[in-house]
Amino acid sequence: MADRATFTQEAMQHAGQLYSAALRMTRNKSDAEDLVQETYLRAYRGFHGYEDGTNLRAWLFRILTNTYINTYRSKQRRVQETNLNDVEDLYLYRRLPDIAQASRSAEDTLFDLFTDDEVKAALEDLPETFRMPVLLADVEEFSYKEIAEMLDIPIGTVMSRLHRGRKAMQKALADFALERGLLTRTPTSDMDEPTDG
Amino acid sequence: MNRLMADCNDTLRELEAILDRAVDDELTAGIHEHLEGCTDCMQALDFHAELRAVVRTKCLNDEIPADLVARLEQCFQEDFDGDGQIG
Repeated sequence: MADRATFTQEAMQHAGQLYSAALRMTRNKSDAEDLVQETYLRAYRGFHGYEDGTNLRAWLFRILTNTYINTYRSKQRRVQETNLNDVEDLYLYRRLPDIAQASRSAEDTLFDLFTDDEVKAALEDLPETFRMPVLLADVEEFSYKEIAEMLDIPIGTVMSRLHRGRKAMQKALADFALERGLLTRTPTSDMDEPTDG
Repeated sequence: MNRLMADCNDTLRELEAILDRAVDDELTAGIHEHLEGCTDCMQALDFHAELRAVVRTKCLNDEIPADLVARLEQCFQEDFDGDGQIG
């Protein structure tokens, strides 16, 4: 087992990323700071539960997620689950034909199309059941299995919440683009919807 | 060949799983074969890969406040909650 000094030093390297994630979870700076501090306190006290050589970042995120769910979630207002029935797959892609066609430079174009605040808002405004899996998968790049363990839900549930959460996020981004007149109102793609079975 | 054939439907249905690196090897091979010949699917895959990169970049650029870092380091050095132990 690593000594405490090494452990704290390594743990601190993840502080910036934990703080960003805490901001997306709590949606305000004051709660995010408290959440990160509580996470590090728990990590320090639970240091003996950490197996040296295993994924320290995943271990810290597990504590962060648990602390958030147990401490802060009850404080959050309940958000109505977005009605996603009219949001089809590839929602944003089908409405941004010009950007999609410039696919080789899509990153630059998409990067400039949405402001930092818009992308953050699109994620933070998701209902929490979708927000947590999308944050952990798309921003923090954890696997389905790791997310299932952190949120204590089955892998199939992680996948379906990710799917719905990503659709809702695309809808939110599309709405931002629509507000600025950058978007076609109806899909123009000639690609068919994937059909089931 | 131990490889599954994949078409546009398969590819678009598995788009998220492909980006999540959660598709099994056989199907991945089949999809890659399809992508080589299908610019529509390749374009859709590229778009969603780039979208994800943009989301990731923009959601990770918050600067951690210096006083929070100081507080964290402090809690490793003193008895924070008065229980007689550090932390």
